[in-house]
Amino acid sequence: MASPLKEALSNFRRSPLLTGLSSLMVGLALFVVGLFSLAAYNLRVALSTVEERVEVEVFLRDDIRQVDLDALTETIETLPGIEEVQYFSKPEALERAIRELPEIADVSSDLEVNPFPASIQVRFLPEGRTTETVETVVTRAEEYPFVEGVRFERDWVERLFFLRRIGGVTAMVLGAAFASVATLIIGAAIRIAVFARREEIFVMRLVGAKDSLIWRPFLLEGAVTGLVGGVMAALLTWFTHQAVYHFLFALEWIPMAWVWAGIGIGILFGILASNLAVRRHLREV
Amino acid sequence: MIKLLDVSKVYNRTGTALDRVSLHVAKGEFVFLTGHSGSGKSTTLRLIHMSETPTQGEVRVSGFSSLRTSRREIWKVRRRVGFVFQDFRLLPGRDALDNVGFALEVTGTPKKEVRPRAQRLLSQVGLSAKGSSQIHELSGGEQQRVAIARALASEPLILLADEPTGNLDERATRAIVELFWEINAMGMAVIMATHDLELIRKYPKARVLELDQGALVYDSSTMTKGD
Repeated sequence: MASPLKEALSNFRRSPLLTGLSSLMVGLALFVVGLFSLAAYNLRVALSTVEERVEVEVFLRDDIRQVDLDALTETIETLPGIEEVQYFSKPEALERAIRELPEIADVSSDLEVNPFPASIQVRFLPEGRTTETVETVVTRAEEYPFVEGVRFERDWVERLFFLRRIGGVTAMVLGAAFASVATLIIGAAIRIAVFARREEIFVMRLVGAKDSLIWRPFLLEGAVTGLVGGVMAALLTWFTHQAVYHFLFALEWIPMAWVWAGIGIGILFGILASNLAVRRHLREV
Repeated sequence: MIKLLDVSKVYNRTGTALDRVSLHVAKGEFVFLTGHSGSGKSTTLRLIHMSETPTQGEVRVSGFSSLRTSRREIWKVRRRVGFVFQDFRLLPGRDALDNVGFALEVTGTPKKEVRPRAQRLLSQVGLSAKGSSQIHELSGGEQQRVAIARALASEPLILLADEPTGNLDERATRAIVELFWEINAMGMAVIMATHDLELIRKYPKARVLELDQGALVYDSSTMTKGD
């Protein structure tokens, strides 16, 4: 008896159209999942870029003492989810204003007093980018009498976080739906391939082949179909990414771990679907 | 060799196929199993092949009992029991030699020995020159010979044939039954299901078992017709 892998590959050679079609179906099903992953990943990247801009600015009175500033900074730094607390003195605030709005430079030279207050800027870690964390910072800062005011775009932050929640739920539901459809298609493709060879399974059982000997080539064939389909899906997704990147807009490529996971899932589904299909036909004899 | 002890088989959809049948077939016997369509002939053969399990009673085949043989061990029974069908059940994409070779391969024959042994089996059934013929190029009688060669691949002790001549003309039928007798002469028990009484009459040496509505109504070795 040839090795199971050889047998599995020889089945590919014996009926290239059918096995090729099965691989193509698996590939297209996973390609849809790949496209979804590409879109979901890029949305996530875009959203997290925007989220990075979530910050709170605490304006300080001009007569603030160093000891009070240290106390405030320490209080905020020790809150969970804080990435960085940065102090801007009055001159730095002016400098920053001129950098952001060059017209101020002309006016500022006529001013006798720098009108820009000192401030501390609070930035958040990814896990700290929630309405609750932001509001905690605002509340704690406002408790200090030397704090003149706190600036943060409440509506914008709330909308952003709402968008993130909606995005997360949508991605999960759509992802599950795509994955289910892909599973059904892969299952059907493999079942068709096994069904076409049910007579072989019948003869194997009839003449007394051991079950393990019957299973192995089919499971391997399922794995090879899944592998070919998975690689095909990865390539199609890659070409789509390249086309969009070069002709439409810059798009991030999904993490390689996702690609390996997709191929792995293809192989796993191939084996599982083969297993189920062969089991059904084995019962016939 | 083969014992059916008070065996019944009831199918959920079609009801009772076999009703408390007991029989014994010894090594080297030639048995015609006859009866009308639906009398239980195929079910009896399938029970002996252990493709079915009895609803009641016990089937014993060459030391294996239907009560104790698990599905994992069935292959051991199958290698002792060859089976041929009315519709041959050959693999259409392969030639005659490959059909026989496939049975040898999947039952563990070393790769080097597969072709020569398949060729010898084809010679044994009188098809030495047809090894490279595709299945569709062969006549019905020739296809049945290939199926018989395949059934002999595991050197079984018993050969079961379910209406093997049902699709053949008279001449081919005669040739196939003669082939069964040759195989039987080598010591193999042969049980052939047929409803062709004319054919049975031509072989008075054979034992005849008759089934009617699932019951064994006649056994030429123990009773005369009408008992």
